[in-house]
Amino acid sequence: MAQAATAAAAAAAVPLAGGRARAARAVLDQVVLPGEELLLPEQEDAEGLAGSGERPLRLNAGVRSRVRVVCGPGLRRCGDRLLVTKCGRLRHKEPGGGGGGGGGVYWVDSQQKRYVPVKGDHVIGIVTAKSGDIFKVDVGGSEPASLSYLAFEGATKRNRPNVQVGDLIYGQFVVANKDMEPEMVCIDSCGRANGMGVIGQDGLLFKVTLGLIRKLLAPDCEILQEVGKLYPLEIVFGMNGRIWVKAKTIQQTLILANILEACEHMTADQRKQIFSRLAES
Amino acid sequence: MASERKTKLSKNLLRMKFMQRGLDSETKKQLEEEEKKIISEEHWYLDLPELKEKESFIIEEQSFLLCEDLLYGRMSFRGFNPEVEKLMLQMNAKNKTEEVEDETVELDVSDEEMARRYETLVGTIGKKFAKKRDRANYEEDENGDIKPIKAKKMFLKPQD
Repeated sequence: MAQAATAAAAAAAVPLAGGRARAARAVLDQVVLPGEELLLPEQEDAEGLAGSGERPLRLNAGVRSRVRVVCGPGLRRCGDRLLVTKCGRLRHKEPGGGGGGGGGVYWVDSQQKRYVPVKGDHVIGIVTAKSGDIFKVDVGGSEPASLSYLAFEGATKRNRPNVQVGDLIYGQFVVANKDMEPEMVCIDSCGRANGMGVIGQDGLLFKVTLGLIRKLLAPDCEILQEVGKLYPLEIVFGMNGRIWVKAKTIQQTLILANILEACEHMTADQRKQIFSRLAES
Repeated sequence: MASERKTKLSKNLLRMKFMQRGLDSETKKQLEEEEKKIISEEHWYLDLPELKEKESFIIEEQSFLLCEDLLYGRMSFRGFNPEVEKLMLQMNAKNKTEEVEDETVELDVSDEEMARRYETLVGTIGKKFAKKRDRANYEEDENGDIKPIKAKKMFLKPQD
């Protein structure tokens, strides 16, 4: 069946016959396509490669001490292996810190425009309807999320939050799966707002791809550092591909929106050129 | 009329609580066992082989938060929104607290100074609760420190 020995040594352009599995470690940062199966490091050793001494000595050959592996977006569990469901680059992260647990996280870095609600994500939503005790918020998914009026900081039955139809809301999902309507809230588990809630007046909301949001929110993003030096501004990023920006004048706001939209397709040099031109004017 | 024959009570009646209170513990146990036997025969069960649940070591998560350390979504630059800037520091620091080790707590006041303060503190507080007569015992030093209490004046019996 799967010849892991040859697969591990193979280069990128290998014709993938049905049922051929590659080792996940060998494919890191390379493009993977949906339908591929990936072997985890433990299985790879068991299939005949020279043991590099990674796994501890086993007294009982039958019992396997396995490490917990998390398969992230773009991957699915298929028996003992990982099945790729999106096309993109395979990434891996080792667990950081002492108590992180074994294994690590594997995921596929893919690009898409359509957002699928995920629990724990912070998103920007637009209030579309007010019905009874809940607001219907459009988050760009297949159905509008529901937001209870009690899910704001300091909200009680008597003290209702000041939310109108058409307002922008920054909140996070508490329930988001394919079987139920997504629900969001504007408080965290301690009951504090932490910046969530109604986003203020003015500003501009526009839509970008999901990959750009993640790129901009990366810890070492140069784009944001450069943008922050231009003029005073405020930005809110929603994981559903929506960005809200606000600056002192309309022109500055529009410039900012154009930069953020365009920087997806620009190289670093082009970007620096544009920023230097802006800094001059 | 003499009751020669005891009326036969039904099984259900005997199983009722008020009838069981008078029974011995042994008879109770026997009755329970009989009940259990009845239950086990009529009890329904699935006639399937035992399925072993395969413990999977792969956890599926659809969220990007685990994968990448993303910054907090609200940002403000050059003082446009001071509250958001405060939040930025707070939230981004939360993500990094795991990496930064705890520094030793710096003492605002040194230990010696604390000891000196406590010495005089006893006197000051004591003075507050002392009665008027005893207040005379608290004399102030040149430095302003309060000396501790002298011996109390007791009633002296007059000598003949």
